[in-house]
Amino acid sequence: MDYVATGSNVKVLAKAIHSLSRIGEELYFEPLDDGLALRTVNSSRSAFACFHLSPLFFQRFHTSPAHRFRCKMPMKSVQAVFKSLASLEKTVEKCRIEWKPADKSQLTFTLHCKHGLLKTHNLSFQDCESLQAVFDKEHCPNVLRAQPRLLVDTVLHFPPSLEEVTVSVSGERMWLKNHVEDESDQSKAMMTELCLSSEEFDHFVVSLQTSITFCLKELRGLLVFAESTGLPISVYFDEPGRPVVLSVSDSVLEANFVLATLSEDSHHNNTKRAPTPPPPDDFMCDDMDSYLIAMETSEIAGPSTEINQPSCSTRAPTMPNLPNHRSLFDNDQEEQQEEEEEYDLERPPNKKFRSLFFGSVLPTPSQVSNQTLQSQDVLASDSEDEKSS
Amino acid sequence: MKFRSKMIDVGCLNHFTRVVNTIAKLNKTCVLRLTPDNLYFVLSGKVSNGGVSMWCELLQVNFFDEYQIEGVSPDANEICLELAPENISRALKTAQNAKSVKIKLTKKHCPCLTLAADLPSLSSVSRVVTHDIPVDVIPRRMWHDFKEPSMPDFDVSIYLPPLKIMKNVVDRMKNLSNYLVIEANLSGEMNLKIETDLVSVTTHFKDLGNPPWGDDASQSRSRDMEAMAHTRVDIRKLQQFLAGQQVNPSKAMCNIVHKRIVHLILLHEDVSLQYFIPAVA
Repeated sequence: MDYVATGSNVKVLAKAIHSLSRIGEELYFEPLDDGLALRTVNSSRSAFACFHLSPLFFQRFHTSPAHRFRCKMPMKSVQAVFKSLASLEKTVEKCRIEWKPADKSQLTFTLHCKHGLLKTHNLSFQDCESLQAVFDKEHCPNVLRAQPRLLVDTVLHFPPSLEEVTVSVSGERMWLKNHVEDESDQSKAMMTELCLSSEEFDHFVVSLQTSITFCLKELRGLLVFAESTGLPISVYFDEPGRPVVLSVSDSVLEANFVLATLSEDSHHNNTKRAPTPPPPDDFMCDDMDSYLIAMETSEIAGPSTEINQPSCSTRAPTMPNLPNHRSLFDNDQEEQQEEEEEYDLERPPNKKFRSLFFGSVLPTPSQVSNQTLQSQDVLASDSEDEKSS
Repeated sequence: MKFRSKMIDVGCLNHFTRVVNTIAKLNKTCVLRLTPDNLYFVLSGKVSNGGVSMWCELLQVNFFDEYQIEGVSPDANEICLELAPENISRALKTAQNAKSVKIKLTKKHCPCLTLAADLPSLSSVSRVVTHDIPVDVIPRRMWHDFKEPSMPDFDVSIYLPPLKIMKNVVDRMKNLSNYLVIEANLSGEMNLKIETDLVSVTTHFKDLGNPPWGDDASQSRSRDMEAMAHTRVDIRKLQQFLAGQQVNPSKAMCNIVHKRIVHLILLHEDVSLQYFIPAVA
């Protein structure tokens, strides 16, 4: 594997990494036929971000099909390579990312700087499953597009510490309001609301008048990226509970930030989850076999995860032992054990559920982020309350 | 009870914002008194404030283009609210380029002071940002706590040195001691002193001038021009006062009641700020 980014694209790459670092602690690195995917997810699985860089982004884009891999690295290590944006711009002429089988579990990042200076970073990675959130931009009833300046100015009115914001839309207006969780806080907190007219947007299509609440903090990374690159931001959303997607794109890159939104009923219990109809008992996640059957009969091969799906009551059984499961895997034993170990450390509940999806995914080059799993509704368990055990 | 007001002048808005920022730096909560002619930000000298009290008076007509008030009753045409000035500060911060700012008393989930700013936008429709600041309405029976403080019978009154210089001195002194002595005499001399077991530091200011309070003021009593009146105060209170100042006042003076209280007065064109720091033993 050998990628070379030159000139101003080095800075764009660095900015993308910094942007992702605002969300997650690990960078998922996946070479694809149609480019390089850099992804991350936050610890509570309520925010996912992906930068897809096409081969044209790079001066050289060579992926050896025999050695395709998916890996993840600590975000901090990658950030350290692209430390100072200002000096990057001035001194770095070219950035090279390479891997050869002899390198084993290390990716080599080389910065070719002025005066013949070479900075080489060897970053260790872990093999991992493909990290992919399910979202469908094409079928979102509400689509807005605005210049980054508009959103940046808007966000300025809210304190930097603000966690959650509620966005409401009508046919002609958009309101942003800070969201206060606790009843007790409501009487003491200052409430701020900003109203924007649809005319301020480049594109404003609202087919569903609704209000969604999501975490503003997770977005700041994207806002900074969009503002510095001047790319308009598109916002796709639906009813409360369904994720909101913000994306920027140009001819050589596409970034998608997917955030979970508070669902209607959870306004009362303050948990974030996707609203899905109560699943038939067959698909309770502590029954792995029936879950797997559902997976195999789904119309789309190798589906991806839905972000922040609610948890299962029981710990996922050790996957490698399930015969059905085995056949979907490409990965070796070690990886799975690694994944298993991780779950021990992680807090319930979302992490447990993650094990179900990640383990069963067989990513193929044809996997595109906009896939919708048609039987998704049925698979997703609605809430902890409904667990039988 | 009704209160509606509107500011459209950018200069007035900036000035008002600076005043509020100063108040916000002095204490977490304060009382806002609204009368037909004035706005007052008041801090009463309670234990919770460390004994410090403040009186900031703004002439309404110098800030607002529209101002309507209907107080608690016709004979008590004023409104008394307790709030966090930091909230007003925050609300005003991003409204500096607003076409207009409306401030009114509303009832949302609780009584609120609502600030609505009409902001310039990219389209014909302006952006409106609304901030609802929760307030507590102070009942009439407690209003006596928030009356204008009377001028204390001071021993010495002196003009202050440039606040910036004073702030720098006090900032450095704060690292050495918790208590500071302010002393001054009628010959325009003022000293700031700290004393610890290891070190004592004094900064001398000369030729400051003494405000002429007139014949009936205490200064007319025969008093040795060189004799210093002094008060020992908590240095952090003084430092906090100096740190919050955002505008250079047209007049800044200090009245010292020997061993009792330091009374700081800052006068701007349309705002006056008085700050009382009690003595510590």
